[in-house]
Amino acid sequence: MLSSMLKRIARHGLTLIATALLGGLLATALVRLAPGFDVDEQQLDPHLNSESVQALRQKRLDQHNVFRFYFQSLRRAARGDLGTSLSLGQPVSALLRERAPLTLRLVAIGLLLSWAVAMAMAMSAAWLRVSAYDALTTVISGTFLCIPAAVLALLSVLWNVPGALAVALIVFPRVYRYARNLLAKAYSLPHIITARAKGLSELRILFWHVVPVAGPQLLAVAGVSVSIAVGATIPVEALCGLAGVGQLAWQAALARDLPLLMNITILVTLVTLLANSGADVVGHLLRGQEA
Amino acid sequence: MNLWRKLACSVLLLVVGLSLAANWLAPSGYARQYREAADAPPSREHWLGTDDIGRDRFARVLYGTRISLLLAPAAALLSTLMAALVGGLAGYLGGAWARGAMAVTDLFLSLPWLFLLITVRAVMPLNVSPLFSVLVTFLMLGLLGWTSAARVLCSTAGSLRDSDFVRQARASGIRGARLFWIHVLPNLKPVLYAQFWISIPAFILSEANLGILGLGVAEPMPSWGSLLKELEGLISVGEEPWKFVPLVLLVVVVTSFQLVLSKQEEVAA
Repeated sequence: MLSSMLKRIARHGLTLIATALLGGLLATALVRLAPGFDVDEQQLDPHLNSESVQALRQKRLDQHNVFRFYFQSLRRAARGDLGTSLSLGQPVSALLRERAPLTLRLVAIGLLLSWAVAMAMAMSAAWLRVSAYDALTTVISGTFLCIPAAVLALLSVLWNVPGALAVALIVFPRVYRYARNLLAKAYSLPHIITARAKGLSELRILFWHVVPVAGPQLLAVAGVSVSIAVGATIPVEALCGLAGVGQLAWQAALARDLPLLMNITILVTLVTLLANSGADVVGHLLRGQEA
Repeated sequence: MNLWRKLACSVLLLVVGLSLAANWLAPSGYARQYREAADAPPSREHWLGTDDIGRDRFARVLYGTRISLLLAPAAALLSTLMAALVGGLAGYLGGAWARGAMAVTDLFLSLPWLFLLITVRAVMPLNVSPLFSVLVTFLMLGLLGWTSAARVLCSTAGSLRDSDFVRQARASGIRGARLFWIHVLPNLKPVLYAQFWISIPAFILSEANLGILGLGVAEPMPSWGSLLKELEGLISVGEEPWKFVPLVLLVVVVTSFQLVLSKQEEVAA
């Protein structure tokens, strides 16, 4: 049991590192191949003399070979140096350290709120089994599902509500849809119908019979919801003027800031993969305990 | 077909019909500027008012709807074909092919969709002609949106490969491309069909997100994304409610798609 768990964790760890490194390489290659990559408007500055322009050109030349640039960056990253942002002129590690807490807070509060609302709605729909209520919850979540994430971000600015609420409103309909289907499926299982017929309390049915059935799948949804929340921070931070990693990613993409974009891609890939792998390992643990 | 689905189909047909009739309903076009009536409220001449440079909002909504509703299916077709090619073939061939293809899809799926879109869109030329920007935006959606469909198709093709009728066909001497085209691909059709339809609303919403973030269709060409960008300057909802018409239309269209496709989603899963 323990060795299989360790093997699973090791496999996840290796996949995670390989995918994050490939993601970084992909972002580097994309930016390098983009039209206009070689153009640096600083070179047109009339205040710079020919030596400074030459130095700027030399700096760009170092980034010409994608693989060389990427592996040199990784070597530096191993020593804790993530490079310097081309557009903001600051060390990438400092930028990430400065902005990560806000994004983490947005993602954490957004996830907490979205899960609380989605689970409350899904559970009440599964308990009540009133078609009108079920239709109402489906309409509410469906409406939010049909509104672009960026519009929800704009509306949060308009109504002066916190960005975390916008993140929650983007994530909640997706979580609700899966949770409702999983709970409805679990509640229609023969042993749960029997438990109900025998007069067991709803709470006992929920925690003793429904959660063990739907739990591992809900954990998988939890892993995916982290990725959705991280993605939601981009429009929310960009449009609400919140200085987080989402806004930084947005600025890096617009400015074609290679070192910054590469590091953010690796970071985002790591976070989403960690969430999914964590959910998978915990789900495996739970299934192991049941067995 | 239940009542809601019939209603949703009618709404979609009506919206598509109106957008196709844009040339007759708004003959002045989406780019004409009425400088004397900039940022005007709704009137008999301009049913939805004009934008800040005097362009008729009703005309822009009609033409923008046409662009989004015609090009999202084109992007969905491209992504479904790519998913069929990558996922279907990988599942059919199995082994290292399937593992390799799934590793690539995992790499794409590990990045949040919007992050992937803005990264790829930003590295493409931004100062391009409006028509080219429309093509770039929807081409990118088609080229990046195949990964989750490929995963479903890979697993379906994998189970078909081991099915009795494929084994029997193989035992009868049918192999290679012929086996794939005649026996495997026709059985993937329901999943391909479902993936195609469920991609359309997803791509419409993605284009809207990109447009609001300034990375979608370039001016003066209208699209739902660029029309929604107008909401950025609002101070309150009650101030100019007609500016919300593109949003209401978008929600109605995407909801109609969801209602029509509720059965397709079960097949796609």
